[in-house]
Amino acid sequence: MAMLEVEDLNVRFYTEDGVVKATNDLSYRVEAGERFGVVGESGAGKSVTSLALMRLIDEPGVIESGEIRFKGRNLLEMDEKEMRELRGNEIAMIFQDAETALNPSYTVGEQISEAIRYHLGLDEAAARERAIETLESVGIPSAAQRYSDYPHEFSGGMQQRVVIAIALSCDPDLIIADEPTTALDVTIEAQILELLEEIATEFDTAIQLITHDLGVVAEFCDRVMVMYAGHPVEMAPVEDVYYDPQHPYTVGLMSSIPRIGDDRDRLQTIPGRMPDLIEMPPGCNFHPRCPYAEESCTRVEPPLVDVETGEPADPINSDAQAAACLAHTGELSGELDYEVTVRGEDDPAVPGDAPSSAGVSDR
Amino acid sequence: MSGSEPLLRVEGLEKYYESESDFIDRLLGRQQNVKAVDGVSFEINEGETLGLVGESGCGKSSIGRSILRLREPTAGSVYFKGQDITTLSDSELRDLRKEMQIIFQNPQSSLNPRLTVNDIIGEALDIHGIESGVSRDARIKELLDRVGLNASHANRYPHEFSGGQLQRIGIARALAVDPDFIVCDEPVSALDVSVQAQILNLLEDLQDELGIAYLFIAHDLSVVEHIADEIAVMYLGKIAEIGSPEELFAPPQHPYTEALLSAIPEPDPLWEGDRILLEGSVPSPIDPPSGCKFHTRCPRVIPPADYDFEQSEWRAVMSLRHRTREADIAVETFDAGEAALMESLRDELDLPPTLSDPEAEEVVQEALRLVADEEFARAASLLEETFETPCSTDEPVLRETDAGRVACHLFDPAYESGPTRGTPTDDGSAAGSATSDD
Ligand SMILES: Nc1ncnc2c1ncn2[C@@H]1O[C@H](COP(=O)(O)OP(=O)(O)OP(=O)(O)O)[C@@H](O)[C@H]1O
Ligand code: SF4
Ligand code: SF4
Ligand SMILES: [Mg+2]
Repeated sequence: MAMLEVEDLNVRFYTEDGVVKATNDLSYRVEAGERFGVVGESGAGKSVTSLALMRLIDEPGVIESGEIRFKGRNLLEMDEKEMRELRGNEIAMIFQDAETALNPSYTVGEQISEAIRYHLGLDEAAARERAIETLESVGIPSAAQRYSDYPHEFSGGMQQRVVIAIALSCDPDLIIADEPTTALDVTIEAQILELLEEIATEFDTAIQLITHDLGVVAEFCDRVMVMYAGHPVEMAPVEDVYYDPQHPYTVGLMSSIPRIGDDRDRLQTIPGRMPDLIEMPPGCNFHPRCPYAEESCTRVEPPLVDVETGEPADPINSDAQAAACLAHTGELSGELDYEVTVRGEDDPAVPGDAPSSAGVSDR
Repeated sequence: MSGSEPLLRVEGLEKYYESESDFIDRLLGRQQNVKAVDGVSFEINEGETLGLVGESGCGKSSIGRSILRLREPTAGSVYFKGQDITTLSDSELRDLRKEMQIIFQNPQSSLNPRLTVNDIIGEALDIHGIESGVSRDARIKELLDRVGLNASHANRYPHEFSGGQLQRIGIARALAVDPDFIVCDEPVSALDVSVQAQILNLLEDLQDELGIAYLFIAHDLSVVEHIADEIAVMYLGKIAEIGSPEELFAPPQHPYTEALLSAIPEPDPLWEGDRILLEGSVPSPIDPPSGCKFHTRCPRVIPPADYDFEQSEWRAVMSLRHRTREADIAVETFDAGEAALMESLRDELDLPPTLSDPEAEEVVQEALRLVADEEFARAASLLEETFETPCSTDEPVLRETDAGRVACHLFDPAYESGPTRGTPTDDGSAAGSATSDD
């Protein structure tokens, strides 16, 4: 049994414009100590997935069906009190916007020690001491001095360190980090990723990292799930996804990244954009943008299958590479003929780079 | 305009803002300047693109806006087609805006939500009295078509479009007046990668077809590399390095360029390059570091010639120096007892248990004892007087190297034989043979 098992999760938002299908039969697992990436473009359902784990989906949203098992217990059956104990204690969350995650009218030290007192039941002095240790462990210089500073006295990167310190203060087993570095400059992003990596190793904390940045996933994650329009379209250990992508959307994403040192004249693009999740295209949701789409793609919804066997994938128990494309179920007459080029020996390897015949170009 | 005159020439541009201050500060005349842009010069040729890259707060957008005089420059000149626009009157400026346009990072907030696309673009035409009647509608359709939007959507409102489509509308609005130059201020930073690539391609196509020059501002080197003919890397209001993409990505590189490049996450799980992690964050532009503004974080900061430092030791000593100067070490929170205190101080400051040079070690120990007594000023002076580096005393100027122009003493022959206190030789004239210390 994995530490976290999500099975057939369906989240819906009942809005005035219609029903938003934010996640659709989403299944995955995160092992203890593992780093699991969730990647996809805006509106893919990444944040909804994370909020569902914390049971933080509010009106007009509902978790319609599915199970979320954490250490074997279904979170969706817990009462509010049990959930509160779990949040911030066994599962902690880090958001993109550190500034709004912190309360501007309390000092950062107070905010951390309050979390510690609440979850660990320490007295004030002990909580203060632990809070200072935690601030130190996330690389805040002169932690004891800065304990009594207010959030606005910290830079963006430092604020994110404070948020991480709050997440860490209770020694969680799982941290859900939703775009933790997106608002930061690259040199600060590098510092924060390094810090998260140290933490994951030192405390054996599992991290579910949500990002739109394939570079961040490559650097940080063991396994990855690519999401498109509320569906998992590809799931595999990170090397498989990068060196041998099996879904046309993954290929498109990789080839649109601008890379330093490639001499392509034009960037490759995926034409069009993600559909809105109220009225999704029939069959394969990706077909209006897919260079390999055939008639069958407009009718048949591709299931997530093991790309080797074509059998339905079992993301909770198996590591096999899985993708949701008719090319893997035998229902596509053509082939996905793109080329993954890896840069030479001296150069770092580059999948999906350059002359991939997945060449989808912009109008 | 003479044949050799570039389309845009920026000379010694400065933009200072007054820092936030309270009543007492003003009463005591303690008003301070934020030096957002601190003497920047560059040129852009017709139909070419200059990419301007740097971290948040380094002054990129202030440059973009000062060039268009959306903000008044504090000093310096901006020549557009040979004419200094910093001296133009308001009405002259209005005419000029027909030729210089800007597009912004957040199309959502830069487009009026109450106007249809038709009106948004029409407004730009009207302001400059360009087209009217039937030809006006035809022009709007043509513009929408040109940026890849369905002309039948002209009567829709901004909220009915996606971020990428809104950015196309922003581009159409800029194109409406047929400009020769567009400032693109982070135009793709808020977009998804697949859409980002569409917009970058569109901008390149427009340049090819219409010969528009761009100042393309971004915080991401990999984005500008694709579109730029020349790239300028900025740090704290100054240009650290400028050159063609090939030059910029080839050695010699400014240590900051090197760090920025190495920080870009590689979309390759087996990539094993060395990531350069910079300490801390960009210092405040209110009171920027002396000498080279990067010296408080530079991993290659030049060691004093009279001592034998490992580079990492020297970096740690420089950080100690900086923090004593700022009195930024909370001594009372460390373990008491001389030995324990010394050990935790060294630990906090990343100083090895002993330095490889015994003489340097003695000085550092003395400084640490002063720190332990909270005699920060004395510790700082001791370190500064004993260990001299040009990086903290002399400001580097941009000078020609084998690959682009770099503002760093490492590539200045005047410092080749170690630090001197003199001023560097004349800028530009010395075609500095680039040296690299490893
Ligand atoms: N409170 C809400 N009410 C209605 N719809 C919502 C709500 N929250 C999310 N949605 C919808 O659910 C879908 C998935 O959104 P989600 O925030 O998970 O995307 P994401 O992948 O995190 O995107 P981003 O990269 O932009 O953060 C979107 O169509 C979004 O509009
Ligand atoms: S099922 Fe068809 S449309 Fe969908 S990804 Fe595969 S080839 Fe493309
Ligand atoms: S001048 Fe000195 S501090 Fe500045 S970049 Fe060069 S080596 Fe680093
Ligand atoms: Mg999100």
